[in-house]
Amino acid sequence: MGRFHHHADGTVHRHDHDHLEDDHLEGHHLEGHHIEEHARDVGDHTGYLETGSTRVEVLEALLSENDRIAAANRRDLAEAGVRTVNVMSSPGAGKTTLLRSTLIALEDRLRIGVLEGDIATSIDADLLEGHAAAVALVNTSAGFGGECHLDAVMVRSGLTRLPLRALDLLVIENVGNLVCPAEFDVGEDARAMIFSVTEGEEKPLKYPVMFRVADVVVVNKVDLLPYLDFDLDRFLANLRDVNPDATVIQVSAKTGEGVAVWFDWLCGLVPSAPAART
Amino acid sequence: MHELALSQAIAASVERHADGRHVTRVRVRIGHLRQVVPESLRFSWTLLTEGSALDGTELLVEHVPAVVACNDCAEMSTLDLPILVCHACHGHDVTLVSGDEFLIDSIDVMEVA
Repeated sequence: MGRFHHHADGTVHRHDHDHLEDDHLEGHHLEGHHIEEHARDVGDHTGYLETGSTRVEVLEALLSENDRIAAANRRDLAEAGVRTVNVMSSPGAGKTTLLRSTLIALEDRLRIGVLEGDIATSIDADLLEGHAAAVALVNTSAGFGGECHLDAVMVRSGLTRLPLRALDLLVIENVGNLVCPAEFDVGEDARAMIFSVTEGEEKPLKYPVMFRVADVVVVNKVDLLPYLDFDLDRFLANLRDVNPDATVIQVSAKTGEGVAVWFDWLCGLVPSAPAART
Repeated sequence: MHELALSQAIAASVERHADGRHVTRVRVRIGHLRQVVPESLRFSWTLLTEGSALDGTELLVEHVPAVVACNDCAEMSTLDLPILVCHACHGHDVTLVSGDEFLIDSIDVMEVA
């Protein structure tokens, strides 16, 4: 078949190649206004031959709708004076345990709200109840078969159930998953990733998107290091390879080692936060 | 894993741009550094569009290689692993040129007769 390319500068040229392997979408299609007419077609598109089809440029970010709502969340949170951190990890890395001790430790310093993402249960939200200034649970199972992440729309629905003006900091506890949450902006100011040393040092290379979006990587369960083959130096080198800028904080949510550094990092997000009491 | 959610996002955007016209093809550009499996995305797309106005619409996934430009030696490197490093001088001071794409490029529509 022939393709007629009408370029923005008025030139038109024709490619005669046996298409149907549209795999190579030429980069120059992205320049300016462009219409490609399928003057005649062959193969498996025969049903559309008579009228021909028109190419319409979209050039839109795949998640533009999510990003639009994330921007609205960010605006509303800023107007209410709330700083927001999106906390992500794989299942079992210790997000909820760390968050629970964080809420207890910072009770007198910050008014912290929690937006808890969970596929179907309220187990984590129940653990935090009574320690946070406010908790809203968002079950993601209402999505298409149970979403593996929080998106901006889900977070927006959760925000309506939180007293934003009575909060300094909102912690969004995402669904435990190293892939999907990284792609969805929900309107946060910062992204924290909780990683546990039981997960293996190669994880930054296997889940680069997650490790790249993180502002801080909290390395949890360091109390277990003597019992594991985990190579901390190699993990840190792998992390630096995909994200040279991330802050790294080593903690044990169980023993309390290092957690004060994490608390200070969180307080650093809130300009009005009082300094730690000594 | 999240290809179904991505398919939903693509379908919503495509329907908006199609404005009621019949869509025959959708082209998306996805960078090497994104965690999207093209086969999985196409499978999700078929599953999601079945029985809808987009039933039978072909989803063409263009894979965009990850390329970095070195700020020290100015060499361009195409990355396989997601490690942002110059293959010539092994420096880490690089700028990502491509590979981060997550874009709906264009759609083919049938004009209403």
